[in-house]
Amino acid sequence: MVTIVDYGVGNLFSVASSLSKLGINSSFAKSADDILNASSVILPGVGAFCDARDKLRNSGMTEALLDAAKNGKPILGICLGMQLLLEKSYEFGEHDGLSLIGGSVRPISDVIPNDYKIPHIGWNALTFSENALFKYIKNGDFVYFVHSYYCADCGENVIATTEYGAPLTAAVQSGNVYGVQFHPEKSGDVGLNILRAFCEIKG
Amino acid sequence: MITKRIIPCLDVKNGRVVKGVNFKDTADVSSPVLLADRYSRSGADELVFYDITASVEGRSIFTEILKETAKKVFIPMTVGGGISSLDDFERVLSAGADKVSVNSGAIRDPDIIDKAAKRYGSQCVVLSADISLVDGRYTVFSHGGRVNTGIDAIEWIKEGVLRGAGEIVVNSIDTDGVKRGFDIPLLAAVCSAVSVPVIASGGAGKTDDFIELFKKVPDISAGLAASVFHFGEIDITELKKTLAESGVHVRL
Repeated sequence: MVTIVDYGVGNLFSVASSLSKLGINSSFAKSADDILNASSVILPGVGAFCDARDKLRNSGMTEALLDAAKNGKPILGICLGMQLLLEKSYEFGEHDGLSLIGGSVRPISDVIPNDYKIPHIGWNALTFSENALFKYIKNGDFVYFVHSYYCADCGENVIATTEYGAPLTAAVQSGNVYGVQFHPEKSGDVGLNILRAFCEIKG
Repeated sequence: MITKRIIPCLDVKNGRVVKGVNFKDTADVSSPVLLADRYSRSGADELVFYDITASVEGRSIFTEILKETAKKVFIPMTVGGGISSLDDFERVLSAGADKVSVNSGAIRDPDIIDKAAKRYGSQCVVLSADISLVDGRYTVFSHGGRVNTGIDAIEWIKEGVLRGAGEIVVNSIDTDGVKRGFDIPLLAAVCSAVSVPVIASGGAGKTDDFIELFKKVPDISAGLAASVFHFGEIDITELKKTLAESGVHVRL
């Protein structure tokens, strides 16, 4: 059973709907036990980093997530859920993340030219090297992004980028922990194929 | 490189799409769910749903429609119409909306923009403005374009962005429904005034109008229209092909 972490942040409904469209059973995790019992875990999220991190802590599921990662359970962070996986965020101050993947969350205005619109909103192309997450899609396929901050300094954990005046991190992976900056649940067939591939990854 | 977006807009009243829908080959042309699915399959990049019901009952029907659509259609959805509180944001976001657009509600109480941006992030808050040129000045209208607020449109949009709006929909009252093209001067003025994405609305009558929009206002992020899509006058798949041939970067 795939579980979607429900900590009061993010578009759970759409993630669950896309899994259901794929014929994949999912449930919402509201407690540490729910994460313990899951085969894989999806961490969605929209909004501000520190609010989301605090809500996750208050839900009592942070430790369970860290344990799941340590035990090799596949985890997929989506958008802010991906950013939470990193060590630090510089959104409205400086905040610690889950440190499951090296790197920090920084404003995209740091790296893109001045005349580019922020937030980065819309369909943009993925560039990636071979990865289990992308086995059903091809290079150059479009996915939907909505963000003003990006994952910086992720080094070799970057598995996909997108071009927006500069190459921005589109996906990261460290072992069984994955993160995507875009919204696969809102990226049509391409996005559904990424979710399908993730759900096939065994822990 | 980011692509230019094509966005069909569905006005929904009592569970039906209104404002002229006419497809010969679709059995139930005014079902929002079927129409949304059709547009998604023909390459629409995003959908906008406007709730034009005023009653509490109509509102709950609208929310159910959103949920039904979000179960079947996996592209971004923006919802507007009658949004005036954080409760309204919560109601539509939990039904599957990705972005929420505020218009008259923000004119009445601009703080709604700050509060929503703080809670849901700027990327979730769209400021939609109905604008007309009055005595040489772009002016904001409220209540579906009927009431002249006297507010300077460019100043209002700048203020909206400062308060946290992450995207702007510019609806030109002067070109809306005329089908002779988008309001190029207004859109250029808004694009140069703000650094967030701007969506053009009002005036699309033919494919060339979209080409003109993206060529003459290179900073514009998306073109929005309703009736030309609903009546099948412009087919979205064909439109995007033609745009690509004209050198406009779109998702095919």
